[in-house]
Amino acid sequence: MMEFLASVFGSSNYWFIVVRSTAPILLVTLGAVITEQAGIKNMALEGSMLWAALTGVLASAWTGSPWIGLAAGVAAGVAIALVLGLFALKLDANAVLVGIALNLLSTGGTVFVLFSITGDKGISSSLPSKVLPMVSVPLLRDIPWLGKVLSGQNLIVYLAAAAVVVIHVILNKLTIGRRIRATGENVEAARAAGIDPDRIKFFTLIVSGVLAGLAGCFLSMGYTSNFTSGISAGRGYVANAAQVVAGGTAVGSIFAALIFGVTDALATFLQSRGLPPELIQALPYAVTILGFVVVTLVRDRREAARKLRLFAGRDDR
Amino acid sequence: MSDGTRTKTLPGKVGLFFTNRDALEPALVTLFAAVFSLLAGVGLIFLVSKEPAQSARNFLLGPFLRTYNIYYMMIAMVPLTFTGLALCIIYQSKHMSLIVDSSFYIGAVVATAAGIHVALPAGWHPAFAMLAAGITGGFIGLLPAILKIRWRANELVSSLMLNYVFYFVGSFVILYFLRDRNQTILSSLPFRNTFLLPRLIPNTQLHAGFIVAAVFVVLVSVFLYRTKWGYEIRMIGANQKFAAYAGLSVPTVILYSHFVSGFLGGMGGAIEMAGLYKAFIWQMNPSYAWDGVIVAMLARKNPKFVPLSAFFLAYMRVGADFMSRRGDVAFEFITLLQGLIILILASDKIVNYFKARRLQRTALARTAEARAAGAPAGGAE
Repeated sequence: MMEFLASVFGSSNYWFIVVRSTAPILLVTLGAVITEQAGIKNMALEGSMLWAALTGVLASAWTGSPWIGLAAGVAAGVAIALVLGLFALKLDANAVLVGIALNLLSTGGTVFVLFSITGDKGISSSLPSKVLPMVSVPLLRDIPWLGKVLSGQNLIVYLAAAAVVVIHVILNKLTIGRRIRATGENVEAARAAGIDPDRIKFFTLIVSGVLAGLAGCFLSMGYTSNFTSGISAGRGYVANAAQVVAGGTAVGSIFAALIFGVTDALATFLQSRGLPPELIQALPYAVTILGFVVVTLVRDRREAARKLRLFAGRDDR
Repeated sequence: MSDGTRTKTLPGKVGLFFTNRDALEPALVTLFAAVFSLLAGVGLIFLVSKEPAQSARNFLLGPFLRTYNIYYMMIAMVPLTFTGLALCIIYQSKHMSLIVDSSFYIGAVVATAAGIHVALPAGWHPAFAMLAAGITGGFIGLLPAILKIRWRANELVSSLMLNYVFYFVGSFVILYFLRDRNQTILSSLPFRNTFLLPRLIPNTQLHAGFIVAAVFVVLVSVFLYRTKWGYEIRMIGANQKFAAYAGLSVPTVILYSHFVSGFLGGMGGAIEMAGLYKAFIWQMNPSYAWDGVIVAMLARKNPKFVPLSAFFLAYMRVGADFMSRRGDVAFEFITLLQGLIILILASDKIVNYFKARRLQRTALARTAEARAAGAPAGGAE
C-alpha cells in the first residue's frame, strides 16, 4: 500500500488530475469567500453551477460555439446568484433558506429542462455540445515534470488560477475590497460610512455567480463533455466548507480546494486498486469536514491565546 | 407567540381566529404560496407539453381520479410527515441542519439489517427495527450539532457534507453486507415476513405506518408545546442569548433537539422499509429531507399542521407522478414548484406584507392625529 501511494504521489499523471479536480472547487470556493466577506452566505453556488453546466451545453449545442456556451453558462450562474440577492436582500428572506430553495429547484429543474429538450433525464449526450479548449502553455510545457502537470490543462483551469489573483486584488488592494470587508464586519457602521451594503452584497453575489458559472461550464464542457444530472456533486456545498478552511482569503482558497482535489484524485486511483468505490467516493467529503474542524480548532486556539495575552496586558501586536 | 394568542382566544377560538389578523394573514400567505405554486406548475406544463390541457388535468385532478391514487397519497404522506416533524423541531430551535436526510437513509439501512438478520415475532420485529433505526438516526443527527457547539461549524454546511458521506457509507453497507447476490438488479436480501408492517386495507399498499405517523404528530406536538424540553427548544429559537442568560444550557438543548429530530428521521426510514418494500431496493437516496423542509415551512414549524402540509406535498408528488407517466412532462418539475414555495415563505417581506402595511397605516394615522391636535413632537415624530 505504501509503495502504491508513493508511486501515485510521484506520478505527474496523478498531479495533473489533482489540478483538474481542484480547479472547479477553487472557483466556487473563491465565490464563497467573497460573498462571505461581505456578510452574505451564498448557499446557492451548487444551483449556479448546475444551471451554468446545463446552459453552457445547450447554448454551445445550439450555436456551435463553445464561447457562446461559456458566456450563456456564466450568465445563468449569475442569474441564480441574483435571484438569491433579490430574495435575501430585497425581500428580507433568510439567505440560507433561499439557498436551499434554489438548490432544490436546480437539481430537479435542470433535469426537467434536460428532459423537456432531449427526452433524456440522465445525460445530454444526444446534443452536439462543444468543449472548451485545452491550452498548451509555451515554456511551461518544457519544464520536465512540472510541465506535464501544469500544461495542457483546460482553459478554465488557468482562469481559476487567474481568479485567485483577481479576487486577492479585489479584496486587498482595491477600495471595493475595503467596502466589502466593512459591510461584512458591521452593516450599520458601513452604512454610516456612506456605503450601500446591499449594493456591495449584490456586487459580491455577481462575482460569485461568475465564478460558479465558470466552474459549472468546466464540469460539462471540459472535465466531461456532457451535462449529467447532479453533475456538480455537492461541490457548491464543499465550497462553503472550504471557505472556512480558506480563512476568508483568496490564497487560502488554493490550499482549501487542494484538500478536496488531492483526495478526489486519489479516489480515482484507489478505485483501480479494487477498494470499495462507495467508501472512496465518501472520502473527499469526509476529508473536507475534517479540514474544516482542524482549521476552526487552530483558529480558536489562536484567538484564545491572543485574548489571554490581552488580559495579561501584553498585547504585542 | 402562539401561546400568547391561544390564551387570549380560548373562548370561541374559531371566531377569534378570523379576527386575529396576526394569525390569519400568515396563514393566508401560506395558502397563497401553495396555490401560486400550483398555478406556476400549470403555466410550466403549458410551456413544455404537447398536450397541455390533458397533462394539467392529470397533475391537478389525477390524485383524486383513481382510488389507488388516494391510497398512494396517504402512503406518500408517511415519510413526508416524519421528515417534516423532524425539521419542525430543528427550525423551532432556529437551526438549519439537513442531517435528517442521513438519519432517514441510514435508518432505512439499519432497518434493512434488522429485517434480514433479526428473528423476532411479528409486531415486535418492525418495532425493534424502528427503535434501532431511530436511535442510530438520532446519533447521526447529533453530529452537526456537536460540530456546531464544539467547533462553531455551520450546521447546514456540515450536514450537507455528511449527507454525502452517509449516503456512500450506507450504500456500501447494503452492497457489501446485505446484498442478495442472486439478483441481477441491486437489491438487499429479502426481509423476513415478521418484519413487514400489516396492511390497513387489504389489497392496497396502505400500511400501519400511517397510524404510527399520526401518533407521532400528536407526540411531537405535545413534546414541542407541552413539555419543558419543547419549551426550551422554542426558547433558544426565539432568542438564544436570552435563553442562555435565563440559565438554559444552550448546548444541551441543541444536542437533544438534534437527537430527537434525527430519531424521527431514522424511524421514518425504518417505517418506509417495513411498510412498502420486501427488500432494500433504493438505487438513489430519495432525499425526503428536502421535502421535509417544505412540509415544515408550510406548517409554519408547528407539528399540528404537518399532516396538512404533508398531504399537500403528497398531492403534488402523486399528481406529478400520474402526469409524467401519461404525458411528456418530467416528474422533476415539481422541484421547481417546491423551490418556489420555499422562496415565497422564506421572504419576510412577503409573509408580513399585510402586517407591515397595517402598522404603517396606523403609524401614519397617529402622526396625522398628533399633528391635527397640534401636539408638540412627542412620540409621533
